[in-house]
Amino acid sequence: MAKILAVDDSASMRQMVVFTLKAAGHDVVEAQDGMQALEIAKGQQVDLVLTDVNMPNMDGISLIKELRNLVNYKFTPILTLTTESSPEKKGEGKSAGATGWIVKPFSPDQLLATIRKVLG
Amino acid sequence: MTVDVTQFFQAFFEESFEGLAAMESALLNLDIGAADSEAINRIFRAAHSIKGGAATFGFTAVAEFTHLVETLMDQIRSGQRAVTQPDVEILLHSVDCMHAMLDAVRDGSAVNQEQIAAVSQELQASLAGGAIASVATPAAQQSSMSAPKAIPNEKAATNGLWKINFVPLSHLLKTGNDPVRMFRELSGLGALRVAVNDKNLPPFLDMVPDNVYLEWELVLEANVDEKAISEVFEWVDGDCELTIQSPQPTPEISAPPAQKAAVQAPKAATPTTPQAPKTGAPASTHPKSGMKEADKKPVGASSAETSSIRVSIDKIDALVNMVGELVITQSMLGQLGKDFDMSRIDKLLDGLTQLERNTRELQENVMRIRMLPISFVFSRFPRMVRDLSQKLDKKIDLKMSGDQTELDKTVMEKIGDPLVHLVRNSIDHGVETHDKRVAAGKPETGVIQLDAYHQGGNIVISIADDGAGIDTERVLAKARKAGLVKEDETPTHERIVDLIFEPGLSTAEVVSDVSGRGVGMDVVRRNIQELGGTIDVRSVRGEGSSFTIRLPLTLAILDGQLVRVGDQTFIVPLVSIVESLQVKKELVNRVAGKAEVFKLRDDYIPIIRLYDMFGVHPENTLLEEGLLVVVEGDGVRAGLFVDDLLGQQQVVIKSLETNYRRVDGISGATILGDGHVALILDVSGLVKLSKNQGPTPQNDSDLALPRSAAA
Amino acid sequence: MSNVATATDAQSTDLNAAEMSQYLTFIMATEEYGVDILRVQEIKGWDMVTPIPNTPDYIKGVINLRGTIVPIVDLRRRFGLPNIEYGPTTVVIVLKVYAEDGKERTMGIVVDAVSDVYNVTAKDMKDTPDFGADANIDFVRGLATVGEKMVIILEVDKMLTVGAMAALDRTKLN
Repeated sequence: MAKILAVDDSASMRQMVVFTLKAAGHDVVEAQDGMQALEIAKGQQVDLVLTDVNMPNMDGISLIKELRNLVNYKFTPILTLTTESSPEKKGEGKSAGATGWIVKPFSPDQLLATIRKVLG
Repeated sequence: MTVDVTQFFQAFFEESFEGLAAMESALLNLDIGAADSEAINRIFRAAHSIKGGAATFGFTAVAEFTHLVETLMDQIRSGQRAVTQPDVEILLHSVDCMHAMLDAVRDGSAVNQEQIAAVSQELQASLAGGAIASVATPAAQQSSMSAPKAIPNEKAATNGLWKINFVPLSHLLKTGNDPVRMFRELSGLGALRVAVNDKNLPPFLDMVPDNVYLEWELVLEANVDEKAISEVFEWVDGDCELTIQSPQPTPEISAPPAQKAAVQAPKAATPTTPQAPKTGAPASTHPKSGMKEADKKPVGASSAETSSIRVSIDKIDALVNMVGELVITQSMLGQLGKDFDMSRIDKLLDGLTQLERNTRELQENVMRIRMLPISFVFSRFPRMVRDLSQKLDKKIDLKMSGDQTELDKTVMEKIGDPLVHLVRNSIDHGVETHDKRVAAGKPETGVIQLDAYHQGGNIVISIADDGAGIDTERVLAKARKAGLVKEDETPTHERIVDLIFEPGLSTAEVVSDVSGRGVGMDVVRRNIQELGGTIDVRSVRGEGSSFTIRLPLTLAILDGQLVRVGDQTFIVPLVSIVESLQVKKELVNRVAGKAEVFKLRDDYIPIIRLYDMFGVHPENTLLEEGLLVVVEGDGVRAGLFVDDLLGQQQVVIKSLETNYRRVDGISGATILGDGHVALILDVSGLVKLSKNQGPTPQNDSDLALPRSAAA
Repeated sequence: MSNVATATDAQSTDLNAAEMSQYLTFIMATEEYGVDILRVQEIKGWDMVTPIPNTPDYIKGVINLRGTIVPIVDLRRRFGLPNIEYGPTTVVIVLKVYAEDGKERTMGIVVDAVSDVYNVTAKDMKDTPDFGADANIDFVRGLATVGEKMVIILEVDKMLTVGAMAALDRTKLN
């Protein structure tokens, strides 16, 4: 069981992600934009961050940069949830410090398979 | 694990409709040439979320269509394309299409395919022509979204020993990736041997702890293709040097490379399953097959709109606070009750006052949960005014204020159509055409002003235009023709203007495409009255008209006048009471020896003896001994004869239909302070009833009890 | 009879099975009637009702049952029995009924007095005799013999929806 921070401005996506992760036995905290996520991450250590890229207030890329600057999140796996599968979008996430990505649309099973890759 | 994704559909629809509304309003406010980047971002994000959700939940058609919108917005967002008026038009049409498509998947209804195809083509044309940067053809985009990605250099699965040389760059750990996890992943594919090479490991004191200094040589024995292996390293592409050496070709294929490719190609072309690797690596895949059908069948109950409500956390917090106070009051009163004596009566009274205040506040706040800002209704008007004024070739400015004014969700749902009708009327019949306005010396751009505000437990919505005003002569002529006004009568201006609410008095010169079809102002007024509201109109020829609607904030509570008839208490909605008076005998006449009327100033008003209508034993049967409550329902006045007026109070409306059925002349019931039930009068119904007959004594036999379900 | 568990099947009308059901019985005009006890929500003393205008006379009116409005049926009038003055034993039995549309409704019936609770097995239950064409007996589930007594078991759902209740008094059940 891991503690996972799920960040997405779309409530339905967030619900699905959160539900899937919880059903798999994980402990999930949710945030609806980068700003909120950053506050949460500062307040408690999570084992994995799943973040959407396009969000109001603070987007996913900025969130990743901020998180990587925190000493506690230097090595924490961060995956982006992205509809963009084009190389430059992935590159943007990666250069900000993302561990990897999951391309939308994904099914609950795919989500779980992907996070298994990064959870120790 | 199986997760039933249908449970997220409602949230998806809710946020998508919100997103569409946001897109629309941002599009309408977009300044061509100097577009605000935040507005563009907002539009992009909304499209992006809808696409993502639609694809995830299997609404492929919606996702594909929205993808085009998103692509267009992305080009605008990244500066590859300027905002143009035609694009805004296309995008607005796209919003309509997305709305229709979402409605269709939610309700399982049909959607106008041609319209969507047409808009989709416009989008594609714009994408193909407008962008400076090259844009993939829509077809290619669609396939890249929905079809598994074809990997051109894909090699067929080969059994044998794969040699992998993995040299991470020193910063690899800082991406959150971890070689150990990758090896674990690889070992899931087959038998893995790992050899570490520590030749680059610096002396301990020189070592930066965050860096990776090790290299690995891996040997994997597995029947997989190269893609499966490279996928494991997909996320560290660029963070390492990686060579993957395929197993030694078996002798019989040791032909020249060209031939080798030819031999292997057929194998590659016939994969038995699309690449949905067990690892769940991010290859685009179809939504689960079960979800594909979702595009066709209804996915949410048709009542999806009414079954949930979003409540801001502030309101909930306020409620929690209030309950906290209530608990304190309760414990205070509890203490007081334990050892009470008369010397502490003041404290008790204080406590009870506090309890009353707590209860009232709690009630108000609970009601507030059902309240939504009227912007939910108002938001559709900018678009409507824009489209219609374009169509009619008029210049109209829409000004709105008070769109954050809150009212009950149920009231909101029912006031939408009447408001649309009124705004349409203002556009169509109110504001004049451009040249007429100029000829009349008015500014060429007309103004329609929409306001909403609270006023003493009501919400007031007004729609005003600076147009031509109501042509009272035409109305009067029509009314005379229809027999509503006698030839020798000269009604006041107010009365004539009020006539537009009579059935069959639509004064449009031409029945246009915009209004004048189907519903008339009579329906508007009836709808508003059904909500317990009123509508007034004021109009000055040449200067414009204004309609003022007053609605109760909620349908759950009503301001009532308690009246007594015999030993029964009834509640008359305050909103329908004109006045109460004691009637003088000489002012009462019997028409045709039966129906009673009394003279109130210039009008003759029919009298409804409630005791008679309801079969109650009254205290008074002589009109001059009781009271007449003059009420107005459906534009008709009547005097309700009662024994006495009791207090006025807010009552909570309870349905009679839950366990019984509808009763003529009664709109519901409430529970009074003493715990007894009192019936709430349906004034319009009573007036109608009294017109038809006196009381309707009903015989027992055919009145099945729970028939109300059908009513 | 050990097979008590099946008595929980409130809507069972299968009288041939060897099962037992419990019935709450009440008295009206010396006759004893029974209703499925699983449909009984509560029994309360007679209290003032608020009459509803323009309704059949067997609807006494409505009461406030913890915040919901519940109609009260005078069963004597419903059955066409002579009226009596309500007395100290007069009670309201609050029942759960299912309307034709399957919706659950709550209503009360006024009866002379509550009598007893009986276990009735299928073999004690007799089909309603044929009273001829003019007697509508849809609301009678059957006749049950309990010791020396006969109890008229009512079909609550139908009892409150079937129109021709007056048929009951015309049929000579004894």
